[in-house]
Amino acid sequence: MQSSAHTAEGAAPVPRLAAHFASLEVQTHAARLGMWLFLATEILLFAGLFVCYGCYRFLYPEAWAEGSRSLNLMMGTVNTVVLITSSLTAALAVHYAREGKNKMVGIMFALTLLMAIGFLVIKYFEYHHKFEIGTLPGRYYTYEGMQQPGIALYFTVYFCSTALHAFHVLIGMGVLTVAMIRAFTKADFGPNNYTMVELGSMYWHLVDLVWIFLFPMLYLV
Amino acid sequence: MTPSSSLDTAGAAPHGEHHDHHPNYLVDGTTIKSWLLTVDHKRIGLMFLFWVLLFFLVGGIFALLIRIELLTPGPTIMDAMTYNRTFTLHGLVMIFLFMIPAIPAVFGNFMLPLMLGAKDVAFPRLNLASLYIYLAGAVIALWGMLNGGLDTGWTFYTPYSTHTTTTVAPVLFGAFIIGFSSIATGINFIVTCHTMRAPGITWFKMPLFVWAIYATSCIQVLATPVIGLLLVLVTVENLFSFGMFDPARGGDPVLFQHLFWFYSHPAVYIMVLPAFGVMSEVVSTFSRKNIFGYRAVAYSSLGIAFVGFFAWGHHMFVSGQSTFDAGVFGVLTMLVGVFTAIKVFNWIGTVYKGAVDFKTPFAYFCGFLFFTVFGGMTGIALGTVSLDVPWHDTYFVVAHFHFIMVGATIMAFLAALHYWFPKMFGRTYHEGWGLVSAALIILGFNATFIPQFLLGNNGMPRRYYDYPERFQALNVASTAGASLLAFGFIIIALYLAYALVYGKAAGKNPWRSKGYEWQSESPPPTHNFVGPQPTFPEEPHFYVDPKKAEVPDAV
Ligand code: HEM
Ligand SMILES: [Cu+2]
Repeated sequence: MQSSAHTAEGAAPVPRLAAHFASLEVQTHAARLGMWLFLATEILLFAGLFVCYGCYRFLYPEAWAEGSRSLNLMMGTVNTVVLITSSLTAALAVHYAREGKNKMVGIMFALTLLMAIGFLVIKYFEYHHKFEIGTLPGRYYTYEGMQQPGIALYFTVYFCSTALHAFHVLIGMGVLTVAMIRAFTKADFGPNNYTMVELGSMYWHLVDLVWIFLFPMLYLV
Repeated sequence: MTPSSSLDTAGAAPHGEHHDHHPNYLVDGTTIKSWLLTVDHKRIGLMFLFWVLLFFLVGGIFALLIRIELLTPGPTIMDAMTYNRTFTLHGLVMIFLFMIPAIPAVFGNFMLPLMLGAKDVAFPRLNLASLYIYLAGAVIALWGMLNGGLDTGWTFYTPYSTHTTTTVAPVLFGAFIIGFSSIATGINFIVTCHTMRAPGITWFKMPLFVWAIYATSCIQVLATPVIGLLLVLVTVENLFSFGMFDPARGGDPVLFQHLFWFYSHPAVYIMVLPAFGVMSEVVSTFSRKNIFGYRAVAYSSLGIAFVGFFAWGHHMFVSGQSTFDAGVFGVLTMLVGVFTAIKVFNWIGTVYKGAVDFKTPFAYFCGFLFFTVFGGMTGIALGTVSLDVPWHDTYFVVAHFHFIMVGATIMAFLAALHYWFPKMFGRTYHEGWGLVSAALIILGFNATFIPQFLLGNNGMPRRYYDYPERFQALNVASTAGASLLAFGFIIIALYLAYALVYGKAAGKNPWRSKGYEWQSESPPPTHNFVGPQPTFPEEPHFYVDPKKAEVPDAV
């Protein structure tokens, strides 16, 4: 990679200013603030589930202990590492976007997406195992091995929160794919114009952050 | 931009000759597409107005059906199951499709950018999206209501809602989607307030309506995700019996109530705070006085938004809550009353020694004051645990929340409609009819809901299809009041429709108001202001001497 943003990918990207904004800084500021607010709502969405988790953990401590022990710690840990690494590549994408190195932006997002797929594959194996032995939520719980009161509820919370998280992974992948394609085909990210990359990876950090909460809650304690 | 030159743009001076080059937003593009795909906040506001009024009509028709059913004990016009579905439909439509979006999505959308001297909201396309998300949610929810219906009431209490055989899933899913619209609007307004204020509009020069919308948006953004999650969980539970709130599977229905009221208590302020904002504008304009205690009014909006999050437990006094919790929630509930009282006193202080111009919006202000004080006082009473226990789930509660929600919010909605009608459409309506219908509506409300306070106090439970003979007289009175109310609304619809077509040209500032929004044309041009971005050197409610009409370009 060459050092100068402008020579690396051709002409300097032209930032676009919407008619109703006073200046580019204001526009970027608005986009960022909007994204922060949106991320706050996402966190609150999960917070509702955390409250459910907390209440039922308090009501059924034994079930929680045993349920959490029954999860595959290895797979969970690998997934955590995968997701944290993917957050790093997403952050690097922003770094390159600021320098106008569009190709690197694309590559970084491609790596992020690969890791996201890896995460989902591992999740698939975990889910698959549970479907086989029947550690499922509510009335679908058929496993004989653990029988404390509230154990089915543990898996209700497990499935609801991991599924909601996986759904966010999918949405994040969609956003990053669009950004990646734009970086590769249009190469229009640059020092003044990297809002999309920035917001996309902010979203990805959220996905990561939520998992960092879910992992200890479900697997470790 | 120097202050003096910007004063010109803000004031009346050079707009005449520009007129032809800046078509107003109503005629700038006349194709259907130019409306459906518009990103102009004013057009979006108008489209919201259309839908919100339509849903108000739907909800209103169901309200009348309920009242007719309750005219006599026993079956009157429908069976018990239909009755359950009717009041659920009424509540859902009124709350999620009318009350919550009514003032923010219509008048907030229309006025907020004008009041900030901005060309549009921060995210115009998101704004349009929020309209379509709202409609999509409405369609899904109503489809569910018509195909099977829902009989849980608007609160969807578990475990009943997870076991009933009526169609819970599509209705809850629709409500979930509407939540996204609410969040999108909230984010948009918050960001607009932060980034789009014209030079010179500091935070404490923002009109009080903007403050109210800002506080409302904060609640919307913070509370809606929680109910979103809850709706999804109940839907999943209803479809697949996951047991999250089902006591038979170890779940806890009281947890549902906590999460539900964590949203729905603040949600009542989503409905009423914008109403407070409208009234601050109206009272200042029609008393020709600077709002008394501007900062106190602004801060108390934020205060209500804040403590509103900690009062939810007062809906659960009888759910097995500990006495200590009940006490704490009771006290926090009273705090809301304190903040509301601050506003009430400041409005009265504003009217005091003002030069009152008793126009239709001001008539609604008077009704509003009465409903807010009366509704709020009964709220304080309900916040007292020992009183709430016998009143809980009786018609007393119904009367309380209708007084404050329907009474105060509808007063504000109608005041806003009349106050800003000339701004939005450039025409005036017939003042006499305005006052007559306002009187009818205020009377109608009292006649509808005062009997319900008495019914509740005598022990008639809410949501009951049948009642003993001795409650009949009061029920008849309530139904009569509801008819009067409906009659008032019909009159308003008629003369406003007439005014839309035949009304006299309103001119730029028919009320001679100092509000920033009146410094633009009526109706405003597409980008709100002719010429460069305006600045507003004066405060929004700044009348030097109420007895003098010192606004320059009175019509
Ligand atoms: C300001 C606007 C207000 C609105 C829009 C409002 C709305 C409502 C609604 C909708 C309910 C009934 C919910 C249901 O069960 O379906 C309710 C109940 C209640 N409200 Fe309000 N309210 C307001 C103000 C207040 C205030 C100021 C207080 C107290 C200071 C208060 C105290 C209560 C209490 C304690 C209940 C529970 C009654 C019971 O279920 O037994 N409210 N309110
Ligand atoms: Cu409440």
